[in-house]
Amino acid sequence: MLNMMLAYLSLAAILFAIGIFGVLTRRNAIGILMSLELMFNAVNINLVTFNRYITPDGLTGQIFAIFVVVVAAAEAVVGLAIVLLLYRNWRGIDIDHINIMKW
Amino acid sequence: MDIGQSIVNLYEFVAGQPVFCLLTFIIIFSAICVVTLKNIFHSALFLILALFGVAGIYILLEAEFLAAVQVLIYVGAISILLIFAIMLTANLASKRIVQSNEQVPVAIIVCVGFLLTSLGSFGYSVWRVRDAAMPENNTLTLGKLLMTDFVLPFEVVSVVLLAAMIGAIVLARREGA
Repeated sequence: MLNMMLAYLSLAAILFAIGIFGVLTRRNAIGILMSLELMFNAVNINLVTFNRYITPDGLTGQIFAIFVVVVAAAEAVVGLAIVLLLYRNWRGIDIDHINIMKW
Repeated sequence: MDIGQSIVNLYEFVAGQPVFCLLTFIIIFSAICVVTLKNIFHSALFLILALFGVAGIYILLEAEFLAAVQVLIYVGAISILLIFAIMLTANLASKRIVQSNEQVPVAIIVCVGFLLTSLGSFGYSVWRVRDAAMPENNTLTLGKLLMTDFVLPFEVVSVVLLAAMIGAIVLARREGA
């Protein structure tokens, strides 16, 4: 029982670490958004695992996971709109060149 | 613990949980492909595979409604949105563009450090694991909870979706159109 739960938590930790790697190394904005989706999924696996093994008689963890999915969808929509806007104004979405917000 | 013993333990774990191990392999393999492949379009396709694997993990954890939500929203909507964005921003998918920056060694150090910290912290926590049964009807219970205990967050999240929709329209609209 405990071993199984730790296996799920390890999977989520590995997935989150891969997402961190993607966010830090990708040059293009869509690649960063995709790595971000991986990290959201790792968090959701954690929530559902704790729901299953720590508080199996309630469903609070799954409710939280649903809210995380909704917020992730909103984030993807706004993020991709910004990416398209950047592409229209700069002819490219290389994050290293987009530094107008830097003072 | 010597290496032979841990290999035997690992083998017993894989033999005891074949579905979990297969899904884990699929998820981690395709996640690594998502962050390392040169062609961003192939990355998006591997992202779909990874999201399907996570839906399988939800089914193993007896969260059937969440598995359906995962397939509908992530696989059905977000991946299509990402692929649309890749197609609209042309010349992205070509191979000659370098897709990763010069931070690769630093990024490897950061994510291995995160992994070792989080995996190492497992031993220091007290897990109060309980072996009770999950509620009988997953979807029915979730719906009742959303309409009773969690009705305020449920309404707030609909405002969030409305704000995201209006924001995306305002951002993507051409000037003067």
